[in-house]
Amino acid sequence: MSKPSIWTRLPIVHQYRQSVGLQRGMLTAGLVICAVFLLAALLAPIIAPYSYNQLSDGAGDTFTPRQAPSAEHIWGTTIAGYDVFSRVLWGSRTAFLVIVVSVLLSMFLGILLGLVSGYIGGWVDRVLVVIADAVYAFPSLLLAIVSAIIISRGQSDLWGGIFATAISITVVFIPQYFRVIRAETVRIKSEAFVEAAQVMGASTWRVMFRHVFRNATRTLPLVFTLNASEAILTLAGLGFLGFGIEPSAAAEWGYDLNRAIEDVTAGRWWTAVFPGVAIVLVVMGITLVGESLNDLADPRLRTRRRASAATPADAVAATTPAARNEIGETE
Amino acid sequence: MADTATAAPTTASPAARKGARGGGSLWRYVLIRFLLIFPTIFILVTTVFLMMRVTGDPITAALGGQLTPAQLEERIEAAGYNRPLIIQYLEYLGQIFRGDFGTTLDGQPVVGVLLRYGGATLELAFYALIVAFIVGIPLGMLAAALRDRWGDAVLRVFAILCYATPVFFAGLVLKLVFSVWLGVLPSSGRASPRVELQIGRIDNPTGIYTIDAIRTGNPAYIVDVLQHAIMPGIALGLLTAGVFLRLVRTNVIGTLAMPYIDAARSRGVSEYRLVRTHAYKPALIPIITVIGLQIAMLLGGAVLTETTFEWMGLGFQLSEYLKARDYVAVQGIVALLAVIVALTNFIVDIIAAFIDPRVRY
Repeated sequence: MSKPSIWTRLPIVHQYRQSVGLQRGMLTAGLVICAVFLLAALLAPIIAPYSYNQLSDGAGDTFTPRQAPSAEHIWGTTIAGYDVFSRVLWGSRTAFLVIVVSVLLSMFLGILLGLVSGYIGGWVDRVLVVIADAVYAFPSLLLAIVSAIIISRGQSDLWGGIFATAISITVVFIPQYFRVIRAETVRIKSEAFVEAAQVMGASTWRVMFRHVFRNATRTLPLVFTLNASEAILTLAGLGFLGFGIEPSAAAEWGYDLNRAIEDVTAGRWWTAVFPGVAIVLVVMGITLVGESLNDLADPRLRTRRRASAATPADAVAATTPAARNEIGETE
Repeated sequence: MADTATAAPTTASPAARKGARGGGSLWRYVLIRFLLIFPTIFILVTTVFLMMRVTGDPITAALGGQLTPAQLEERIEAAGYNRPLIIQYLEYLGQIFRGDFGTTLDGQPVVGVLLRYGGATLELAFYALIVAFIVGIPLGMLAAALRDRWGDAVLRVFAILCYATPVFFAGLVLKLVFSVWLGVLPSSGRASPRVELQIGRIDNPTGIYTIDAIRTGNPAYIVDVLQHAIMPGIALGLLTAGVFLRLVRTNVIGTLAMPYIDAARSRGVSEYRLVRTHAYKPALIPIITVIGLQIAMLLGGAVLTETTFEWMGLGFQLSEYLKARDYVAVQGIVALLAVIVALTNFIVDIIAAFIDPRVRY
């Protein structure tokens, strides 16, 4: 085995090489689902036969609402006359955008607060920890509802809706990044190399970002996958309660499921099953990847490690009790 | 507060294990933990207040566009929303301290809404927890016993499926299969209208239909109420069942690596018995510590489940007030739920401390 290149040390690639047997199967399944999701989000305009808000075909014939799956509409039409297949595809795009915006925002704020809190300590730390714990223990959906009310006052257009939802989710996620990064910072702060940097006169910010942060990112891929899946569920929950994006502005799975309640009672299964399965599959895919990463980082849960794939990072993972406890709580 | 519960085992001093801290420290823990409720409630109520009020007033939010600006002004003036925010905030804290969570636009006190509909949500959460225990714990033990075999993989995928399925989608699928296609279970509501009428007639109804139905003494009513509870209970309970399954699996595996298990194994105890009798109890303690968080999650999930099944509880009311844009009611209900979450977490942490001495400070 040659010297590990930068490629094999990349988060997912590294763990993939490390995995064996069933674990590799689960990781592969998760990665495949995620890839399909990304492709659907990217290629929705090309694959989808109609637009998300299209009510009639090119010839001007209006779609018949509540139509069962047929050759023309392979997954049927909704109560409002939209094409279900097209809306599910376009919905992946909305979900993807919300994940990206919400995770980037919460990562940035959560990491910053966690670093400052853990490194500086004192009363700032104590106050931030109490606040983060209080927010963390609160039902996240309710918090997201409250944020959605002030941000969007109900419904809005595509980007307004995406940002409103993403910010609502961000409020919920900040404490999670905060906790993980703070715990790591407190641990790393007492290490000799940090002290050395301080003694040599490095500024607080420099030590914080250059020396502490670089070493505190170990658990981020795990938190990322957990949050990405939770973002989809929160987006769908908000949409289901009517705090989503207007159907004419974008397709959103949660909103479609809300409109499908009536259909289900009348036995029209296609409007509920397809968007619902889309949510389940995407969340499962992301969670499978996250679970596998989690297990591979925890020596107690790891099946077997191939000696050939062992890298210095493994040694770190094997000697430091993994972040399972920090991560496990965010389930 | 979840932090105190989960981080405590790592900070537990050797002294605690030696038993140097006797019964006295438990009461000290209870006291400190009790005092911690207040900052938690304070922070949550403040967060909700600030988030709802900084950007505007609830009257414009609810009626903006329906009334003329002058009429709006008049209403805002009457409700006192034009005063400085800090004064409104202090007044709000004072109200909450007296147990007044505000009044809905249709003139009901929020506390009254809780008393009327809280029982229904409590009942739903109770059934969901039962489903979670029945499904999650045995399957988690099974997965640990079958570790890294196919059965384990299937169970773990099932756990992820539980987490990945939004409660409202699980609810819709159950509804479709069991009430539309098979026609064996009622599709919505908490009881048939006729039964609901009869149950409402008893003296001092608790609002918890199972209890009220038992008090009527009519078996048909009890069956009717239970039939209505099955699908909502499963839809909401599976979410937590998945969490329990994973938690039990991880912890049983962790416990199975302990020296005392090796000792038992070397004496020839079967793998099945090892899990059943040796590794099982220590693995349940973490469940108690996460129940607090799970209850918060159940309350959030209850809003969605109740909307799906028209289960007339607090969550259903919340979504109705959301639709009506009655944000005073929403703020009140959310603040009230914050208090309930803080109190349940306190109780759960105390129970955990009684069972596991390592959790104490």
